[in-house]
Amino acid sequence: MEIPYTVAIRRDTGLTNGKIGIWLFLASEVMLFGALFASYILIRTGAPSWPRGDTMLNVPLATVNTIVLISSSVTMVMAWASLMRGRFETFRIYMGLTILCGLAFLVIKYFEYSAHFHEGALPSTNNFLAIYFTLTGLHGLHVMGGMAVNAYFWGPGAKLWKTNPTWFTNRVENAGLFWHFVDLVWIFLFPTLYLL
Amino acid sequence: MSDHAATPMTGDHAVDIDKHVRIYITVFVALMVLTVVTVTVSRFHLPVPIAVTVALIVAIIKGSLVACYFMHLISEKKLIYAVLALTGAFFIALMVLPVVTVHDGFWIH
Amino acid sequence: MSDPGTVAAHPSHAAHEAHHEELGFWRKYVFSTDHKVIGIQYAVTGLLFLLFGFSLMMLMRWNLAYPGAAIPWLGAILGDSRMPGGTMLPEFYNELGAMHGTIMVFLGVVPLAVGGFGNFVLPLQIGAPDMAFPRINMLSYWCLFLGGITMLASFVIPAGGAAQSGWTSYVPLSDIAGSGQTWWLVGMIFLITSSLLGALNFITTTIQLRAKGLTFMRFPFFVWAQFVTAFLLLLAFPPLEAAGVMQLMDRVAGTSFFLPSGLVVSGQALTNAGGGNPLLWQHLFWFLAHPEVYVLILPAMGIVAEIIANNTRKPLWGYRSMVYSLVFLGFMSFIVWAHHMFMTGMGTAMAAFFQTTTMIISIPSVVILTSLMISLWGASMRFNTPMLFALAFLPMFGIGGLTGLPLGLNITDIPLHDTYYVIAHFHYVVAPGTIFGLMAGIYYWYPKATGRRMNETLGKIHFTGSLICMNIIFMPMFIMGLAGVSRRLADGGASYDFAQPVLHWNVWSSWGAWTLGLFQLPFIFNFFWSIWNGEKVGENPWEATTIEWSAPSPPPHGNFIGAPEAYRGPYEYSVPGAPKDFWPQFEA
Repeated sequence: MEIPYTVAIRRDTGLTNGKIGIWLFLASEVMLFGALFASYILIRTGAPSWPRGDTMLNVPLATVNTIVLISSSVTMVMAWASLMRGRFETFRIYMGLTILCGLAFLVIKYFEYSAHFHEGALPSTNNFLAIYFTLTGLHGLHVMGGMAVNAYFWGPGAKLWKTNPTWFTNRVENAGLFWHFVDLVWIFLFPTLYLL
Repeated sequence: MSDHAATPMTGDHAVDIDKHVRIYITVFVALMVLTVVTVTVSRFHLPVPIAVTVALIVAIIKGSLVACYFMHLISEKKLIYAVLALTGAFFIALMVLPVVTVHDGFWIH
Repeated sequence: MSDPGTVAAHPSHAAHEAHHEELGFWRKYVFSTDHKVIGIQYAVTGLLFLLFGFSLMMLMRWNLAYPGAAIPWLGAILGDSRMPGGTMLPEFYNELGAMHGTIMVFLGVVPLAVGGFGNFVLPLQIGAPDMAFPRINMLSYWCLFLGGITMLASFVIPAGGAAQSGWTSYVPLSDIAGSGQTWWLVGMIFLITSSLLGALNFITTTIQLRAKGLTFMRFPFFVWAQFVTAFLLLLAFPPLEAAGVMQLMDRVAGTSFFLPSGLVVSGQALTNAGGGNPLLWQHLFWFLAHPEVYVLILPAMGIVAEIIANNTRKPLWGYRSMVYSLVFLGFMSFIVWAHHMFMTGMGTAMAAFFQTTTMIISIPSVVILTSLMISLWGASMRFNTPMLFALAFLPMFGIGGLTGLPLGLNITDIPLHDTYYVIAHFHYVVAPGTIFGLMAGIYYWYPKATGRRMNETLGKIHFTGSLICMNIIFMPMFIMGLAGVSRRLADGGASYDFAQPVLHWNVWSSWGAWTLGLFQLPFIFNFFWSIWNGEKVGENPWEATTIEWSAPSPPPHGNFIGAPEAYRGPYEYSVPGAPKDFWPQFEA
């Protein structure tokens, strides 16, 4: 049975179900990461001393990661724009780039984490590292989740373009919203943990 | 096989997309610049309250650019704005009330 | 007068039905994406967990009435680690207590009230064919299922038993507790995920899939209640999820988010890094748990409102104020939480803030309750089983709500915090409050879901016994709490001199609880017996006005033959000059 407004918009709201659904999900994610940021504030303001980010963490590597994620946001929105222009092959290129950027982000994070573990800087060492690993770990899981969704739309899910291009475009747009959110979280995470 | 989408989408047409793409590139450049700014400022090791303020302002600008243009929030529908406004209010409560409550009180570490 | 159960053959939806028929047993009844099947799955799961959670408490009540008395045969079953020689260890009492609370709240009431009633009734009441995201709906149920299995498994798999640190899992105790606590945290993550997915589905569905002509101010109050509840779940649960992850990190990765420096346990100093703050857990926990209590009550208020309108044959009094109150209540519920933390060393400024918001939030509650009571004035009352439960809800919730006031005021909370007074307060709102509302809903919508009525006589026995027993259990607890008896004491206060004069009330509460258990038997029997033997009904056995009563009983896949439309408000009963005493919303 057809659920109305899956593909077409409902006139009085101007929205599809999926668009509302993804924004509601993002609202819950704002509260999730918000709680971790609130915890950071509480722990840091209550601590007798707190190390400056650049004394504990690799700022150059994280700056590269910031550039990588921002670039991936551009390629993601370009992927959607390509679909809006009806250019499927261009979509695949941009979506592929987005996935690769995500992979690059994770690889750099892997190197960062290994370096920490190697020198004995563990979550249990102190609260700075505890919140660092928890925040970036949860963020990293979201990067992986986003990549999985993007890979689905790049690969097996792409056949929807042939049968229902509008629906496919909307779904890619919604996946993009999630991906941009992941970038948004990093935009706040990076200065908080690394620069302050 | 590429297929020109014949069905109406979210109101955008091919011409509008070109305008959007130009905006995306502009925003990308702005984000890169702001990234350089925030990293450079951090090298000055300003006193923590000032450093936090500057970093937060830059992050908010960057975040707003991503939200408004990549996520198309600048031209979204009222319903989405309403949901986000509500979320924002509770987000602020979560950021502010616990730390203020703990510091208004007596807690020995 | 209801129509006899004739569901005419409808060729237009036969095609849908035919496609649906092609699905095998597993896709149709187990891994279904139909909101009605999922709703029933949630409801049955919720009821089973309510029964299990209730049984845990019935066991606790043995030690409270007769501290140290043995139950040899049970000791043989449960073993020496829990009941050596048949006497309950305090650790076991704590396990029962923590899991009773957790299961009743997260696996019993919420799945039944939101997952069960919300899923089954909401799309029907707004004239929708299903939820906006049927597959996410199915996923949300199975997340609940996995969470439930994890919680149940935590009793048997980890050494040392299930969580024992209260449903509130306060740190540092829960940080250092046995591995059952880790299972609790993992279980909670499944349950929270289930609720988040459900919430976004409910909100999207309500906004997008409502029928033509069904404006927001023509929604049945039940729809508004579920809508606001969904927002509470969506925005309040994530901080607890974050806190759960942090507690997992403390327990498994050795972090010190919640462990302060210099903590000494059983004479040994802990070797962790320290610098953590136990209050952080409390803030994040209560940020969820306060809105959670409104998640527990709002659906029940919604159910009661529907049943009162239907059985008074009158529109609800003050519908508009009720709706505004509901929305205001939902908003305020996010900024009152630290009234659970008045005893944590809070300064006077913040205590005053939270006390003020807490007093303010009582206003919309009172508006809603009063409107429901005024709705009874001048009614043409029908005293069927759903209505009896709905009527009883009113004074019971009234008692629960009023007794919350001294807890919300800082100064009176000081002697009452963590006493039996608190237990009495919240049980009044949840047990003869919410659960009565849910029972009312079961008797009311059972005919829609099954095509048959439940037996009225058994229903009235169930009701009468439950009402009396609930009061016998919980009323004395106010007295015990005012006398200063703390909660979470395995012996019910028996080791304290000051408690001796009030201890006998424990015996009353226990016998009340066991008798309450007995009075659920007619309900359980009725629930199953009526599936095959209940009086068959047509589409609208209660002569109600809301859209779900235009669908067949039970509704087919897709719910309606043709898209329904709303032509007027939800409670057009006894309209002057109309031919019948009800004018349904869906009739042109």
